[in-house]
Amino acid sequence: MGRFIGRRLVQSAVVLLGVTLVVFLLLQLVPGDPVRIALGTRYDQGTYDALRARSGLDRPLVVQYLSYVGHALTGDLGVSFRSGQPVSTIVLERLPATLSLALTAIVLAILVAFPLGVISGVRNGSAVDHAARVFSQIGVSVPDFWMGIMGILLFSGVLGWLPPSGYESLLESPSGWATHVVLPAATVGLVTASILTRFIRSSVLEVLSEDYVRTADAKGLKRRIVVLRHVLRNALIPVVTVIAVQLASLLGGVIVVEVLFAWPGIGRLTYDSVQARDYPVLQGAVFLVAALFLLVNLLVDILYARLDPRISVR
Amino acid sequence: MSDRESSLRRAATALRHDPLAVAGSIVLALLVFVGIFGPWLAPYGTNEIDIGNMLQHPTATHLFGTDELGRDVFSRVIVAARVSLEVAVVSVGLALVVGVGIGLVAGYYRGWVDNALMRCMDVLFAFPVLLLAVAIVAVLGPGLLTAMVAIAVVYAPIFARVTRASVLSVREQVFVTAAVSIGTSDLRIMRRHVLPNITAPLIVQTSLSLAFAILSEAALSFLGLGVQPPAPSWGRMLYDGRGFVTDAWWLGVFPGAAIFLTVLAFNLVGDALRDVLDPRQLTVSEARRSSR
Repeated sequence: MGRFIGRRLVQSAVVLLGVTLVVFLLLQLVPGDPVRIALGTRYDQGTYDALRARSGLDRPLVVQYLSYVGHALTGDLGVSFRSGQPVSTIVLERLPATLSLALTAIVLAILVAFPLGVISGVRNGSAVDHAARVFSQIGVSVPDFWMGIMGILLFSGVLGWLPPSGYESLLESPSGWATHVVLPAATVGLVTASILTRFIRSSVLEVLSEDYVRTADAKGLKRRIVVLRHVLRNALIPVVTVIAVQLASLLGGVIVVEVLFAWPGIGRLTYDSVQARDYPVLQGAVFLVAALFLLVNLLVDILYARLDPRISVR
Repeated sequence: MSDRESSLRRAATALRHDPLAVAGSIVLALLVFVGIFGPWLAPYGTNEIDIGNMLQHPTATHLFGTDELGRDVFSRVIVAARVSLEVAVVSVGLALVVGVGIGLVAGYYRGWVDNALMRCMDVLFAFPVLLLAVAIVAVLGPGLLTAMVAIAVVYAPIFARVTRASVLSVREQVFVTAAVSIGTSDLRIMRRHVLPNITAPLIVQTSLSLAFAILSEAALSFLGLGVQPPAPSWGRMLYDGRGFVTDAWWLGVFPGAAIFLTVLAFNLVGDALRDVLDPRQLTVSEARRSSR
């Protein structure tokens, strides 16, 4: 187990280094001078020189990269071309909004997918199974932003129950936050639920065909006990991974949904930085998301190895 | 019969015998027809502005209503099909060529080549799909071509992984060992012996990736980073119409329904193909399709 964790840590560190290279190269790919593009047409030479020097763009490429890695690993992601604020501060300010949306969405997704996936798997071929399959097929095919627009149309436009967009902090106004989070969380959550339903269903079906389940049935155990004691315990192990991967994606900011609902999270920040050509903020947001994504995947692999010891010896 | 022919034949049989796949295929055939002949089928010009007729409800004259500039939504939805298909086919084609190339070399040579190439793919996997695509388009500049490149970059690693996994098992087959022992060149072995034997998972992956590419293009266009106006695109139409959607529901409903039906059709065909050609494939893409 210790060796497995060590190996995964090294692998993650290597990938993280690769992530810094990709993120660093993003700025180099900008056709022309990124500082000039960011400043637009009205600026003086002094401002230009100062911003260029402060961003380190006047140094050789290798030095710039090494400096970027060194700073990034200590949490210094540079300064915004627009506001001059540290990028890490700007990005971290947006994290609570994304966090609250992602967690609400994933809880909603689990609440829908768990019963649907399990019943669909256990009662393979039943009406519930067909309904679950239709639900998951629709869910993976529908663009989340379209579902969001339909939600706004119905619940804000026609029924007038919910605000079409906006955000209030959970800590400052829990009820305001709750009314604003419903539509974006439902939009993201239902799409995620459809993916989880598929996985839970196929995982349950796979375990149901195992010999130990057949043995339990043959012993005359009640179906409910077989399902609860043997099937679910084993079927849900791989599902943990999928839930975590989904959560990691949601933490990365659901760009389109955050833009649609004016939700001030990481996704919205990414979009705003693209519009403003604030490349350091774009780099910072992308780096933080990828690092979070890696961290969650690492934790899941370790958790998975604990749940299923066979993994660590493979 | 070669393995490739057998895969294609099994694919055709699968599509014929699954009613959902038949429905999906019909929708796709219709879509291709509309994609090719759209400009001739559209009753109005896509950029025919008619301010006197703006935001008109769907009627017999304007089946899907008109937008905020009085343009016919039906005509724009029809013509936009070509753009979506173009982006999907070109970007998935690029991803296929690059990804299969990388996966083939990694799986065939194994060792440090495999390690180096697959770690590079892991790095790309560390980014949520849409985020990476947005970042790439942001630095290269918005537009159709950059959207295609961005989508290809984010989907190439999926093809690389699927290809590598298949190559690793084919590489151990006796016919490959025999080819090596008689001195056949690596390139020829890969082209003549390995590639034809890994077509099944690639066909499945391609059909499913086309669905994700349509979704990605729509999302990029919705963010204003894909197809640029005045060219019509389903995602861009939703973006432009979102401010009017509570007053003019048709601006939100029809372009979105077009995306949904197209993606659904690709998914139905892809799932049917997977059931027959590659039932054990745990699609990496399925987990990633939600990485928005």
